[in-house]
Order: sequence, then structure tokens, then C-alpha cells
Amino acid sequence: MKKNKFLHKHQKTLAPLVSLVLIILVTASITPGFLSIQMVDGHLFGSLLDILHRATPTALVALGMAVVIGTRGIDLSVGAVIAISGAVTAVLTVNTDFPVWLVILCALGTGVLCGVWNGVLVSVFNIQPIVATLILMVAGRGIAQMITEGQIVTFHSDVLDAIGNGYFLAFPIRVWIAIGMIVLTLVVMRKTALGLFIEAVGANVRASRLVGIEARLLVLSAYVFSGFCAAMSGIILAADIRGADANNAGLWLELDAILAVVLAGASLAGGRIYLLLTIVGVLIIQTLTTAILTSGLPAQYNLVVKATIILAVLLIQSPKTRQWLSGFFQKKQTSVKGNTKP
Amino acid sequence: MSHLAKDTSVVKDTFEAAQSASHSLLEIKHLSKSFTGVQALNNVSLCIQPGEIRALLGENGAGKSTLIKVLTGVYPRDSGEVFLDGRLINASDSGHAQRLGISTVYQEVNLIPTMSVMENLTLQHQEKTFGLISWKKAEIRARALLAQVGLDIDPLRQLDTYSIAIQQLVAIARALSTQAKMLILDEPTASLDSDEIKQLFDLMTRLKSEGLGIIFVTHFLDQVYRITDSITVLRNGECVGTFKTAELTRSELVSHMVGKSLEDLTPTAHDHSIKRERTELLQLNNVGKQRYLQPLDLSIAAGEIVGVAGLLGSGRTELCELAYGSVKADQGEVILGKHSLTNLSLRRAIQVGMGYCPEDRKLDGIVAELSVRENMILALQASRGWWSPISMAEQQQLVEDMIQRLAIKTPDMDKPIGQLSGGNQQKVILARWLITHPALLILDEPTRGIDIGAHHDIIQIINELCEQGMGLLVASSELEELVMFAHRVVVMKDHQKISELHGNEVSEQAILRTIAS
Repeated sequence: MKKNKFLHKHQKTLAPLVSLVLIILVTASITPGFLSIQMVDGHLFGSLLDILHRATPTALVALGMAVVIGTRGIDLSVGAVIAISGAVTAVLTVNTDFPVWLVILCALGTGVLCGVWNGVLVSVFNIQPIVATLILMVAGRGIAQMITEGQIVTFHSDVLDAIGNGYFLAFPIRVWIAIGMIVLTLVVMRKTALGLFIEAVGANVRASRLVGIEARLLVLSAYVFSGFCAAMSGIILAADIRGADANNAGLWLELDAILAVVLAGASLAGGRIYLLLTIVGVLIIQTLTTAILTSGLPAQYNLVVKATIILAVLLIQSPKTRQWLSGFFQKKQTSVKGNTKP
Repeated sequence: MSHLAKDTSVVKDTFEAAQSASHSLLEIKHLSKSFTGVQALNNVSLCIQPGEIRALLGENGAGKSTLIKVLTGVYPRDSGEVFLDGRLINASDSGHAQRLGISTVYQEVNLIPTMSVMENLTLQHQEKTFGLISWKKAEIRARALLAQVGLDIDPLRQLDTYSIAIQQLVAIARALSTQAKMLILDEPTASLDSDEIKQLFDLMTRLKSEGLGIIFVTHFLDQVYRITDSITVLRNGECVGTFKTAELTRSELVSHMVGKSLEDLTPTAHDHSIKRERTELLQLNNVGKQRYLQPLDLSIAAGEIVGVAGLLGSGRTELCELAYGSVKADQGEVILGKHSLTNLSLRRAIQVGMGYCPEDRKLDGIVAELSVRENMILALQASRGWWSPISMAEQQQLVEDMIQRLAIKTPDMDKPIGQLSGGNQQKVILARWLITHPALLILDEPTRGIDIGAHHDIIQIINELCEQGMGLLVASSELEELVMFAHRVVVMKDHQKISELHGNEVSEQAILRTIAS
């Protein structure tokens, strides 16, 4: 009975975790060696590490996306912001003698600027978020192309190499960066009242206004945060391939990020967001991608298989399914009780 | 003040005769409807003749909109029968009701603002040539429909380029497009000015002369006396009675609506004077806003409860909103203690001691998916700012205390507030303000839609707060409760303050008289 209560209370939390574990287990049974991890030269290697490594850009973007979705918004421009910040990183490294920290700062600054642009459109001009961010989604890649003058700009920098592919304490540096960012976000959102205000504004903006919460600045800062996260992700992706590809960097990443937030149980109608579960959602998506690639399935099946499994996860999590399932079980239970009574 | 309207020329034969129903247009027999335990309509019967305009009156929650929705099939009914032209009908949805001959026009015009007038008018039934829509025929038909309501406008223009009044008439034109026998107008005049109302009334008079039956839902009593032939009053889901407009005085009507008759009430009951020395807390100096509230003066002292009475739509809520500052007045000044609130943000106003429990708990009060704890600390946290969070220990202390003090029934403080009963939600919202220690608390309908136990608790809390020296402004449609605790009562009507009753003058009888005057 007690166990049931625990299950009931944490149903929402458990669903994504269970999905992740299931996907890993199924993949491991198909692909031998999927779970094995080796230590080589003080660096950890293996499929699971690879998943973590590849998941970092999406994880960073998803963090920002979660906050934006909490305010009842959406940020479609993150992929474009990744391209812009990657382009800035590459061009500044190649064309100037800026020290690396300044290059990174400039790239992050561009992300913040993009966020301000989105935030102002949404919170000052009251343009619907999907439309407001669509503008930068389209224009952003153009801006990135202008910065790189239509070329794929390659560069060399030891520090950026380390960010892209280096190791620290056996783990990839970029994983550490992502972990640091996750912890920082958690602290700011949950140890100050910022998270509460963002969720309150997203869930009921009228009631929030009446208790004195100014939605405008909150919403603006959510988009700024999202832009910042996307810029970080852009730097990592550029550092990974030692070049800026304005056309392809971060392409469709916004969709993976939105999916991760939704997999975590958040609603696009705003309100409650789940930061850690969002990361679980990112891992589900990345595990699927990696699993399909390593399973030897012909490449053309990838997208359809991935979409099908994600649909299944979402269906399992939907309240309707849960209602239906619990109704089914209750019926079963009462019918058992009914039989024992007489 | 006003005369009894004797000019309603067509007064139908006696209602006793009408009840025989052999020639009535619409007959409703013993209609009942309940929602999860709440009896929204209880055994309501009424008859309407061809060419009769019937006012349907009642306070919030009396069952007017439920009656209309059951009639038009939006809600399924629990029991009862509806006859139209002597035929038993059973509408399954509003489209079906319209095909049967009952058309409804709602307060919020339910047309599509971004489509043309013509498209709106022909949306449900397109004129076709060889199976394809013929816009030429559609335009002709649209013009004919518009002419029917006396409108000469360009049907090709987008609907929202016209005023609300015109849109309202277009909605009526569409309602009439399906050979309606019964027309239901649900608060059609709420957003119209007096010329526009006249235009609407001219149309209603014409339709009536063509033999249409009209149900007119409104809360403007002047209009009831201007246009209707008869009045049906609902209260708490029951039909109080049907009366000829010309034979019912205003004070009788108001008595029926609020469920008290003047004779039944004792003139005074309580001692309404404040005992302590008077220190002014809140002052409204000539505060008003165009098309919202006529300028008014009001002052509240520490330890004083000022009630706001008036019928639905009289300006009760508007007064609360202007006093709190959630709607900014365009003239006059609101002063709380030493602070002028005119240029202060809501957050600052809360910091200097304001608090406000809004009327619509669901829409403006609770944040449904957040927990009881989060909902309760929201105002205090907002006034402190996000950077100085209330520690979890302090939160739990505050919330636990309030759950005890206000006897809030919740399994734990982390339950989403949306899952609590209305009464407990209201208590949480009240607690939300109490932990900010406001000097002045504004309560708009603090007891609406809550069970009797919680109702009693909340009245008691209000009295306690007053004794502790808080000033309270309480708007309520329940006179009985206002009279119980208010030191003074402001009476509102047509968005104006029409009177202020002091001390011994405060009685249900006096309030009713003032409203009906």
C-alpha cells in the first residue's frame, strides 16, 4: 500500500526515468558492448560516454528552453543562435588576435543580444512567442552566413579544442560544463524565488500580476537565458568540429530541446517545469539516436524509428493513458473484491 | 427616481391563461439540471407567447445561463420537457436548437472577427451553384439578412472593423437567418452605449411585432422596464416567479432577486458604530475612470469594515479594482496611510499594506497547478523580490500556521491548490494576504461559491481581522452577510456610488430600498 502511494506521488517523475532505463536496456540487449565502459589514458570511453558527450549541446539548449516554456513561451531561434555564436567564435579566432576568453565572451554576448531581441518582441511588443522567435530562426542563419561570408570557417585554438573534445577528471570537459550549467540553473531557479515566479507567470499571468509579480522583466530574462544557453552550445559545437558551419550548426536542435522539455512532463501552456527531468529527456533522445546508429539499422530508418519510440514514450506519459490504465486496474481490483465479498 | 414603465403597449393576457399553453410559443416544464452535486436548475417552468419580450433576471449563479444552455442543448438536461410551438423538442447542441427555431446571441459576440460580415452571416449555410460556393448569392443573402435588422453596411468588410454594437446586430441577423421563432439575447447591451441600445431596442420591438418570442437576459433594471412585457426571476436555480413588467414595482423586483422581501426585514439589527478612535487608512478622492466607474469619494479607517452593495454589474468589482490599483484610475487619488498609490506599482502598493482577494478565484486568484504552499507565499515573496527567497523552514512555518488558523482542509501543503474545494481555495487566497500583514484588505465576493462551513469561517475571520485593526473593503452580493459585519455600506448602481449608509442606517431593508430607488 505504502509503495503504491509512493508510486502514485512520483508517477510523473518516474515515467521519463523508467523510459530512459528501458531504452538503454533494450539497446544493450541488441547491441553487445553497449554498456561497457573502458578507461584509456585516464579517459573514460564507451557508448554511454559517447551519449553524454553528444548530449551536451542539446542539454544546454534544453535548459534555456525549459525556462522559456515555463513562462508559456517557446524559443524557435536557438538553432540559429547556435549558428551565430559559432560563426562569431570562428571568425574572431581567425581574423583577430583576441585572447580566447574574449572570443568566448563575445560569442556569449551575441547569444544574450539575440535573447534580448526575442524577449523584447515577446514581452514589450506582445508578439506571440512562436512568431517572434520564428523571425530570428529564419534571419539568424542568414546573419551567421553573413558573418562567415558564406564559407565554412575553420580555426585552431587549443582552449577551444579542449572545450570541444578535451577531458578533465576522466570525463569530457564539455560534460563538466553542462553539469556546471545545470547546477547553476537549479540553484538560481530553486534557491531563489525566480523559478516560482516564472512558473506562476506561466500558469496564471493574471493572478501573478495581482500579487505584484511583474511578468515583463521575467519573460524577457527567460529569453535572454535561452539565448545565452544556445550561445554556449554554439561554442561547443564549433569547437567540436573546429569550424563554423552557418548552414548546419545546430540545425533542428530547437525541436529536440522542445521535445526534451515535453518528455520531462512540462506543458507548452506554461507553468511547472522540471529541469532535471528535462536533462533525462535529452538523454532519452540522444540514447535513441546513438542506439539506432550503432544498431546497424539502415540509415534511412533512423528518423522514423526515433519518432515512433518518442511517440510511444509520450503516449505512456499522457494523462489520458494513465487515467485509462488506472481505470482499468481499478475495475480489475473492484471486480476481484466483488468476487471475494459474498 | 424613475417611473414605472407603463408604455409597454402590448401586455399579454394573464399568465394563468398562458400557463394553459395551448398557444404558447415556448413552454418549459419542470426543467432540472445539476452539476456534481450542485443543483443549478431545480424544476423550472415557464411559458412565452409569440410577440412577447421576457426578461430573465437573477444574480450571479441564479441559473440564467444554465437555463439558456440547457434550453439550447449545450448542456444535457437531467429532467423536464421543452415544447416549441406545441411540439416536444430535444436540442442536442446549439446548431440543432437553431434549426429547430431557437437562436441565441451571447454577450461576447460569437462571430469570427477576422472574417467578413458576409462570411460570418453565411458560415452555417453557404449559397451554392453547382456544388461550389457562390459568393454572389452569398452577398445577396447577406444584404437581405442585414436589411432584416435594419443595418446598411458593406457586407464585404471585415467584421472587426465595425463597432461592437454593429457586430451585435450582425450576430442577431445571423441568429434570425434560420427562421428563428425564439430569440435569446444574453446580456446584449453590456458593452453598448445609449444610442446603440436604442437601435437594438427598436429592432427588438419590430421583431416582436412580427410575432417572435424574445428572452432578454440583462442586469440593467432600467432596460427591463423599457422594453420587456414580462419578467421571470430565478434565484439559486429555482424560478421565483413570472410577473407582468407593468405590474411589478422595482422594489418588489429587487426583493425577488435577492430573496428578501422588505416587510420581512427588521429595519436595524446590529450596532454598526466603531468603538475605537478613528484613524483614516484608505482614502479615495474623486477616483474614477471613463466608461468604468463614475468618480467617487470613500474613506476607510483602521478597524473598520466598509461593505459594497449593489446588483450584478453595478460597479462593485470596478470599485475594488480601482481602490487596489490593478486598474488604474484616470482621475482622482488613492491614498493609503501616508502613501499616494497613484503612481505606485502593485508590488509597492502591497509593500505599503494593500491586499486584494479578487472576485474570480479561478481566473485571478489561484495558480491552479502550483501547490498550496506556493500559492500562499506568492504575495509575500513577490513583495520581497525574487532575490530574497523565503527559506523553506519559514515557508513551512507560515503555511502550517495558516492551515491551522483558518482550518484549511488539505492533506498536505504540497498538494496542487486546483484540487482543493472552492472554500479551501478561498481560505488559501485569504491566507496569502494575511501573511503579508496588510493594513487594508479588499475582498471581492469572499464567500461566493463556497460551502456553508467555510462561509461561516470566513465571516468570522473577517470580524477578527477588523478587531485587530485592519481596514476592510468587502464587496458582496449577499446583503445578509454585509449587514452582519459592515460598519458602513456603499451602495453602487450603474457604475456610480449612489449612497453611503452609516451606523444605524445599515440594514438589508435600507440597502434594498436604495438599490431599488
